[in-house]
Amino acid sequence: MAMTNRKLGVLMFSPAIIYVLAVVGVPFVLAFVYAVGDVKIASVGYHYVGLANFRSVLESPTFRRSLYDSIIFTVGTQVVVLVGSTVLSLALKDRFTGRGFIRFLILLPWVAPVSLGTIGWKWILDSIYSVINWVLVHLHFVRPFDTPMWLGEPTLAMISVIGVESWRLLPFSTVILLAGLTAIPRDIPEAAAVDGAGFWRTLFQITIPMILPIVNVAILFGVIFVFTDMTVVYILTRGGPYDTTQVLPSLAFFTGILGSDLAEGAAISIFLVPILVAVAYFMLRVASRAEVG
Amino acid sequence: MAIVETRKLTKVFKQGQPGAVNHVDLETREGEFLVFLGPSGSGKTTLLRMIAGLETPTSGEILIGGNVVNHLPPRERRIAMVFQSYALYPHLTVYQNIVFPLKAQKVKKELHKQKVEWASALLGIGRLLDRKPRELSGGERQRVALARAIVREPSVFLLDEPLSNLDAKLRASAREELEQFQKRVGTTTIYVTHDQVEAMAMGDRVVVLNQGTVRQIGTPQEVYDQPADTFVATFLGSPPMNLLETDDLIVGFRPERFLPSGLVAGSGSTDEIASRMKTEHLLLADVGKRVPLRFRVEYIEYLGAERILYGALEGGRFPGKAVASRIPSGVTERYEANSVHDFIVPESELKFFDRASEKRVAPKAIPWQ
Amino acid sequence: MVSGTGRRVFGGLVHALVLMAFSVLLAFPFYWMLITIFKRTNDLYNLQNNPFKFNEKPTLEHLQLLFHDTLYLRWVANTAFVGAIVVLITLVLAVPAAYALARLTGRWGERLGIAIFLTYLVPPTLLFIPLSRLVAILGLQDSLWSLIVVYPSFTVPFSIWLLMGFFKSIPRELEDAAMVDGLTRFGAFVKLVVPISVSGILTVVIFSFTLVTQEFVYALTFISSEAHQMVGVGVPIFLVRGDVYYWGSLMAACLITSLPIALLYNLFLDRFIAGFTVGAVK
Ligand SMILES: Nc1ncnc2c1ncn2[C@@H]1O[C@H](COP(=O)(O)OP(=O)(O)O)[C@@H](O)[C@H]1O
Ligand SMILES: [Mg+2]
Repeated sequence: MAMTNRKLGVLMFSPAIIYVLAVVGVPFVLAFVYAVGDVKIASVGYHYVGLANFRSVLESPTFRRSLYDSIIFTVGTQVVVLVGSTVLSLALKDRFTGRGFIRFLILLPWVAPVSLGTIGWKWILDSIYSVINWVLVHLHFVRPFDTPMWLGEPTLAMISVIGVESWRLLPFSTVILLAGLTAIPRDIPEAAAVDGAGFWRTLFQITIPMILPIVNVAILFGVIFVFTDMTVVYILTRGGPYDTTQVLPSLAFFTGILGSDLAEGAAISIFLVPILVAVAYFMLRVASRAEVG
Repeated sequence: MAIVETRKLTKVFKQGQPGAVNHVDLETREGEFLVFLGPSGSGKTTLLRMIAGLETPTSGEILIGGNVVNHLPPRERRIAMVFQSYALYPHLTVYQNIVFPLKAQKVKKELHKQKVEWASALLGIGRLLDRKPRELSGGERQRVALARAIVREPSVFLLDEPLSNLDAKLRASAREELEQFQKRVGTTTIYVTHDQVEAMAMGDRVVVLNQGTVRQIGTPQEVYDQPADTFVATFLGSPPMNLLETDDLIVGFRPERFLPSGLVAGSGSTDEIASRMKTEHLLLADVGKRVPLRFRVEYIEYLGAERILYGALEGGRFPGKAVASRIPSGVTERYEANSVHDFIVPESELKFFDRASEKRVAPKAIPWQ
Repeated sequence: MVSGTGRRVFGGLVHALVLMAFSVLLAFPFYWMLITIFKRTNDLYNLQNNPFKFNEKPTLEHLQLLFHDTLYLRWVANTAFVGAIVVLITLVLAVPAAYALARLTGRWGERLGIAIFLTYLVPPTLLFIPLSRLVAILGLQDSLWSLIVVYPSFTVPFSIWLLMGFFKSIPRELEDAAMVDGLTRFGAFVKLVVPISVSGILTVVIFSFTLVTQEFVYALTFISSEAHQMVGVGVPIFLVRGDVYYWGSLMAACLITSLPIALLYNLFLDRFIAGFTVGAVK
């Protein structure tokens, strides 16, 4: 009986495993193979070149700039998202009339296709017709014809891509935290209230420590999503101005696909792997702790 | 120490629906152990949560120590509460759990350790202080919850079914301990339970609740022996009081007072009585006037220390009326299904209720035939 | 919760303000799309005009342009086509696999499930370079079939994970009862578990479909011709002629595509979240 169960099980999951291995496992390995070879889009042969691609990549100032930008982009977004989603999830925790509608509004950035939401921002941040600039001018914060170039000036461009990426990720993080908050039994904060704790004490000593595991989950997913995303950067700035918002994934795209240098593109994207491994490791720890507790 | 008082306290959750708590007036005594007893959904928890300040009353007043506290948040009411689930903070150690109210109430830091040690010694959990709640057994959690409640020396304890998560055996000993503990610290305590045994055993007085209204307040003996209405009469005791309906009255008697006539003093010859006395089968000494009833036994539950006979009356004024009798197993008489026996109820044990209002009324003579 | 009346009012005010601020911040781009769609071109490009109101009469010209003079509808159709087939492939692969891992293979099935979940974390931006070569080798470049082959790489792992949770929540006794009543294990799966799990399977359908509509990197990499594009790439890339942005039509395409997807996703949100919390919430 146990034997047949197991056989049936293997039979039922094999197709999925084989497919996933073929479309994830094989290219994953190939990424490493390409990174130590000399493949170009048009070429057919393959020669092993050792770490030559990595060497050339590491020597390139563009790459170093992108690595730096990637880190700023990821950390900046995480900070904004974490603070924002904590506040927002606390505000959404209790039932109130209209909560469903507000939740829908707040979720829009996450559920709408990312490229389309970003193009909306591109219009809002337009160099001439930006509505933000119009408001700033009319509030007399800036002078007309000397308005900020949101996507054209290095610091502002980085702030803009971080802002849009945060806008995109905030709803996701919020609903994850909300799941953690609603899982706190009602009598825990009540016990704290009876024990004499006010709003802030309950927040910092009870609520937040209790949702810490789930905050970790939100951070882990957030790091992966942001560090490996190229859509926002590609649509808003194409990495510009002067590669000051170039991140590793977009650089890999420009080098590997548009620049036809598959090998070097692969070498660039390999730099995503350490983060992936770290996140996978922590994710496993969260999962196994959830299993035990 | 303080007295808790409620005046016309009412809670309606949804407009238009019957209230969860309706016009409740009650007053604890100083240092008293007061039990809220009622079936599930009768509003005990809601009443307790209003006293704690966790639920806003729809109307009515709550007084603690003579002051109206309606507008005060829980932390300013000088109460402590033990929740049904214990509500221990899962991410804190036992020590941190117990010290939490001290920190929150801004008790001086130097006193923390000393007070936690005092509370944990009182409950015998000194060696558990470094553990997390998930590493504790049910009984230990309950003690930690109690320690957290007493540590800041509140003027009132509120406990919501704190024993219901324990297994039967532990529950009996925990009940005992809790009672002893309350006597020792002498703090006014309100205790919620749906378990009548718990209520009778622990309470100085019992508040019987049903559908959000108080049916009776009294000592365990009062609510048992002098139930205010048929609800109290049938809610307490197991099996419940036998009730017989007449034109405008309901007559009730408890199963343990409905006994084979041969076992009651004064019902046989003197010799017979003497011999029964020897074998300790005599259940009631001379009880004065008695009501004879014929009882057809239908089935028998053997409960070890006693037997419960279920059946119906035969003939008389209430033919076919279902009744039960509870007799100690020491009585060796054999009862078989479908046998008919002569039983009696001492007239002094009869309770009378008005049929319309279901409230208890003075004893009356009624024809039994 | 009770507290001083003043404090309660203040708390309520802060609460409302926070909610309002976030709603505006997060939903503003969509509101802005809506306004832009109906504005005349002259109105859009006049810096003297207040951009929050219609300074000239509203117009449908951008919508007409979008539907008549661009391949927008073609892209939508492409997306629907790819989405439908990917959903099908996902169901065929993920439903039996999830059941097997949740029920039939014990502890190491569970482990394998977590391993599969981790593959969901491997991003397109790591795989797209080797995949672009593989797609070329298979002769699928610039074909929707390249996407159909590749998209299950992210829909299948997450769907397996979601469904595993779903199947585990079905009481085992139910299947035992069915087998006592004469079904085989596989029969119990097909005739009992699958029908019970309709809502879980529906979740996977919606989830996979929306993921397909949201994908950007693979479509950008594999598809070169305008006619074969997916809507998520076609709109931001091909609706821009040279350096000219047709903002009205662009915003129309964004909003019209986003809203239905958002509504659909929103319906099933709680279930997706359960998948993302990796058991850290009970
Ligand atoms: N938060 C609430 N919202 C609506 N109805 C409630 C709420 N809490 C309790 N009730 C209702 O009030 C009644 C009394 O509940 P409760 O006080 O919990 O009873 P008990 O503790 O005696 O079992 C029940 O009918 C219950 O359904
Ligand atoms: Mg209750």
